[in-house]
Amino acid sequence: MERSVRLKPRNGERTGWSMARPYILVLPAIAILAVFYIYPIFYNVYLSFHSWNMRGSMKFIGLQNYLELFKSADFRQIIMNTLVYMLMNVSLTVVLAIALAMFLRKSTLISRFIQTLSFTPNIISLVSISMIWSWLMTADESGLFNYVLSFLGLGPFGWLSDKHLALFSLVLVAIWKSVGLNALIITSSLGSIPDYLYEAARLDNASKSATFFSITLKMISPTLFFLILMNIISSFEVFETINVMTQGGPDNATNTLVFSIYKQGFEYYRIGYASAMAVILMIMIGLITVFYFKALEKNVHYR
Amino acid sequence: MKILGKSASILGKILISALLILIFVVPFYWMILTAVKTLGEVVQFPPKFWTDAIQWHNFKDAFDAIDFLHYTKNSLVITAGTLLGQALFILPASYAFARYDFKGKKLLFSIVLLTMMIPGQLIFLPVFVMYVKLGLLNSYISLIIPFAANGLAIFMLRQTFMQVPDSILEAARLDNAGEFKIIYSIMLPMAVPTISTLALFTFITSWNSYFFPLAWTTTDAVRTLPVGIQQLQSSLGLNPQVVMAGVVLMVVPILVIFVIARKQIIKAFTYMGIK
Repeated sequence: MERSVRLKPRNGERTGWSMARPYILVLPAIAILAVFYIYPIFYNVYLSFHSWNMRGSMKFIGLQNYLELFKSADFRQIIMNTLVYMLMNVSLTVVLAIALAMFLRKSTLISRFIQTLSFTPNIISLVSISMIWSWLMTADESGLFNYVLSFLGLGPFGWLSDKHLALFSLVLVAIWKSVGLNALIITSSLGSIPDYLYEAARLDNASKSATFFSITLKMISPTLFFLILMNIISSFEVFETINVMTQGGPDNATNTLVFSIYKQGFEYYRIGYASAMAVILMIMIGLITVFYFKALEKNVHYR
Repeated sequence: MKILGKSASILGKILISALLILIFVVPFYWMILTAVKTLGEVVQFPPKFWTDAIQWHNFKDAFDAIDFLHYTKNSLVITAGTLLGQALFILPASYAFARYDFKGKKLLFSIVLLTMMIPGQLIFLPVFVMYVKLGLLNSYISLIIPFAANGLAIFMLRQTFMQVPDSILEAARLDNAGEFKIIYSIMLPMAVPTISTLALFTFITSWNSYFFPLAWTTTDAVRTLPVGIQQLQSSLGLNPQVVMAGVVLMVVPILVIFVIARKQIIKAFTYMGIK
């Protein structure tokens, strides 16, 4: 063994070690990915056809978990909440990130400072952020937000206790956390737009808005497309803010898929039922990812 | 007219800048201010925007209210274990994918690409059931191994290893340098920027990790600091100053690291996309 390592294998020469080496290097990592990411997907589908409360043996019950889900009014609301949260979060995050990136486009001391500042929430755990924001959003007068807004004659708002507002409040936290990073990614994409396009637009006497829509937005559209996908997926994953700030309430208004999978599985021990919800989440994420790559392919082809 | 418009636009820019700074500074300021107030000051109306006497004992109260050292130790063990695991698993795999041809390479690499698309929130339930059956609940291993390999990291490191020019390798081979010498003296040094980017990202996400340590445990044995700090809120909800003091204790170390390694951290997160 030792000798063949030192000997440089010539073309065509095959020692046992040089044949096995790539596999020895690759397989441990592949084993982890297969065991913890690929296999669980299938195991999850298997579990969703069973009834199990973590004690005793599993019972095969066919599609019953799914039938129960589709009959449940709570589940309909959970799906609605998840989708509404996603739509609000994705659209606001991306639009505000574009605005922020445009505003900070010229690299000055102050714009670099704001850029760094707006990035900071990304490195802090979402739990701390949620705890800080629950405190800011306290419903009574000692809550900072309600106090400040009272000067404008607004409020007081039940940020987290009003069932029409709570989901939006969670979106606000998500935007505060991620808008800086989104803007940063857009900024680097803005930097790669060639100057001659803007010069051509100036020569054509194009208006500011026409330049923005037909040059700037068009040129960064692949980046935006990617950001939209990432934001959709991270919206579907929302958990920390809900668990810390609202516990799914008030009145189920902030109960989303991942949170409810967690509740059903880890608090009520309804493993099969929770797995069926996880399968539905998987289908949603899968469809969106496939749609993204199809659309990407199409774009590349027509260019 | 034009000058007037220009100064108006400068004024607008200053106002927007000030507003943006406020939006991102105020939550942190309010966190720190609350952490050093007395309970009386915290609940008083109208709220005070400063404090006359800093209440250092709030930090000690937070420290005593939960087993702070225990959670910190768990966070450190899991963070260090994950980094070590990634070095052991990700480095060799990405090197082999970059530099060797072997049967089944395409298939194995497609597994890597596929896992890049699978968010952890999809697999936390089945993996939990696996842990129950294997008796691995409440072990460090259960919170380290799944993150010791990572599709995106393997993909990025492979790109880096592939970019090492063949001419350098040829030269080393002509000098009769062995494979291991080539790895240590050429490959690894050239990959240092990527490796440190990945390590920083892993360090921060692992330190902040809350979801998996919460979902994959049933006791406090291996739970991390974020899980512990959140328990402050449920046990001491009526003492926001102590809760915020706990949050400060958790947030400040990471903010210090951010100040030191700001450029690398921003680069790491921009690379790894939003997570």
